[in-house]
Amino acid sequence: MDLKELYRDVILDHNRRPRNFGRIEPADTHAEGHNPLCGDRLTVWLRLKDGRIDDIRFEGKGCAISTASASLMTEAVKGKDKATVQSLYGRIHSLLTQQDAVPDASLGKLAALSGVREFPVRVKCASLCWHTLNAALERGAATVSTE
Amino acid sequence: MAVTAPRVAPAPALDVERVRRDFPILERSVNGRPLVYLDSAASSQRPLPVLRAVEQYETHTHANVHRGVHALSQAATEAYEGARERVRRFINAHSTREIIFVRGTTEGVNLVAQSYARPRFGPGDEILISGLEHHANIVPWQMVRDQTGCTLKVAPINRRGEVELDSFLSMLSPRTRMVAIAHVSNALGTILPVKRMIDAAHAHGAVVLVDGAQAIPHSTVDMRTLGCDFYAFSGHKVYGPTGIGVLYGREELLAAMPPWQGGGDMILTVSFEKTTYNELPWKFEAGTPNISGAIGLAAAMDYVESLGLEAIAAHEHRLLEHASRELERIPGIEIIGTAHHKAAVLSFTMEGVHPHDLGTILDAEGVAVRTGHHCAMPVMTFFNIPATARASFACYNTEADVASLVAGLGKAREVFS
Ligand SMILES: Cc1ncc(COP(=O)(O)O)c(C=O)c1O
Repeated sequence: MDLKELYRDVILDHNRRPRNFGRIEPADTHAEGHNPLCGDRLTVWLRLKDGRIDDIRFEGKGCAISTASASLMTEAVKGKDKATVQSLYGRIHSLLTQQDAVPDASLGKLAALSGVREFPVRVKCASLCWHTLNAALERGAATVSTE
Repeated sequence: MAVTAPRVAPAPALDVERVRRDFPILERSVNGRPLVYLDSAASSQRPLPVLRAVEQYETHTHANVHRGVHALSQAATEAYEGARERVRRFINAHSTREIIFVRGTTEGVNLVAQSYARPRFGPGDEILISGLEHHANIVPWQMVRDQTGCTLKVAPINRRGEVELDSFLSMLSPRTRMVAIAHVSNALGTILPVKRMIDAAHAHGAVVLVDGAQAIPHSTVDMRTLGCDFYAFSGHKVYGPTGIGVLYGREELLAAMPPWQGGGDMILTVSFEKTTYNELPWKFEAGTPNISGAIGLAAAMDYVESLGLEAIAAHEHRLLEHASRELERIPGIEIIGTAHHKAAVLSFTMEGVHPHDLGTILDAEGVAVRTGHHCAMPVMTFFNIPATARASFACYNTEADVASLVAGLGKAREVFS
């Protein structure tokens, strides 16, 4: 078990200085996510334009993995349409859960999350923001839980 | 820690190295490091005498209880009922009719909520709990409130994590039908002045349930001295197996309560028209019980008494004080729960490091602590934090364990520097 694999510099940096942190007002849609295991809560705000994510921000309190994952996500999905976001999430999910998954180049900085798979109890921390983004895209405003 | 009146004689010291040899799990390693187990408040480990008692029963004696004339059934019944007598002596109840075997604290509280409170309470009646309760002593009462229309009141806590006694006392009235309070807080370690609270509640005619899950492993708990009406605890927090616990209830109250669940063992006669319920305590034990669990719990009580509860309490108290001093010296650490009277629980946060990350980093060092809300979300809300890390101590912990914790916290600081 290698802590350096989990807490890579990119993760620590995005935890310390989360990008796109805050709210969008008025937003086109938002959703709240909650991880009851560690008490993490986050809200994802979206502004949409022509079926694409024009702007995204998130707010919340959580562990380093959940904060960094959300921050990295907001950078990765800006300008993307729903189908692209979903395919990206599919690849992130494999990266988080499959031992032999190799991060492909298209993941960019998100590949830093690959260390999480050595820590199965932390996978939900990293995926909470993606569930929440998905819910924001799907339902406009809703509460989603990782349980 | 002295939960009841302090004893006069000084406690004999615990031979911790000998105690540790009784707990085989402490020899294993975790993530390549020797295990440092600081999560006994969630569940304690079991000593060899408990493991052996369960194995002995399963290997040589097992059969169903109360049902057969054959030798094994008789032996199993004797062992199971013997365990009940062991529990009675451990908590100094008047009679084994007052000792109900349940799955754990949670089931004990639910039994009282559904069988005592629900049929009796209605609009205008009040249930009083405290602000530091475990969810197991909150949710069952919310259910009764919703089922009966009675009111649920919460006595506030202060910044040290103590129940505000004056507020508690002022919230008692003739409308108070039930007071349900923890003996020791699992999230903060606070020891509540339960004797005073029980006496005050009784003066207003209320019935009192004490959640003893965190008190029973650390102190002598005496039902006759305490005088509460119900007392619930779990076997797995007092070095016994999971899936077994005890609800103590005053006989007079239990006798007047309807059964909680129906089935075998809790009846005397059944016809399709009418069923006569069994006597206490079996009226409340529908179905085949956790026989080996009860036997393991009895062995755990033998074990604890062989070490001496005073010796255990004194040892844990020294460790708690030592650990508190050590943690206070670390910049950025804040201890949550600074009550004047505390049991073997040390909850804390570290600035800039989320408790969940702390838990992972400590685990990588072989140090097991609990992180999260500890099933006490209202306590976290009160302190305006999402979670804490919690180290808790048992008879087998040492100053070396505290040193490992402190080293692990240093490591966390390094990772997040
Ligand atoms: C104070 C307190 N009450 C109740 C419980 C619930 O115990 P169990 O889960 O064994 O039923 C616990 C255990 O976490 C506790 O610490």
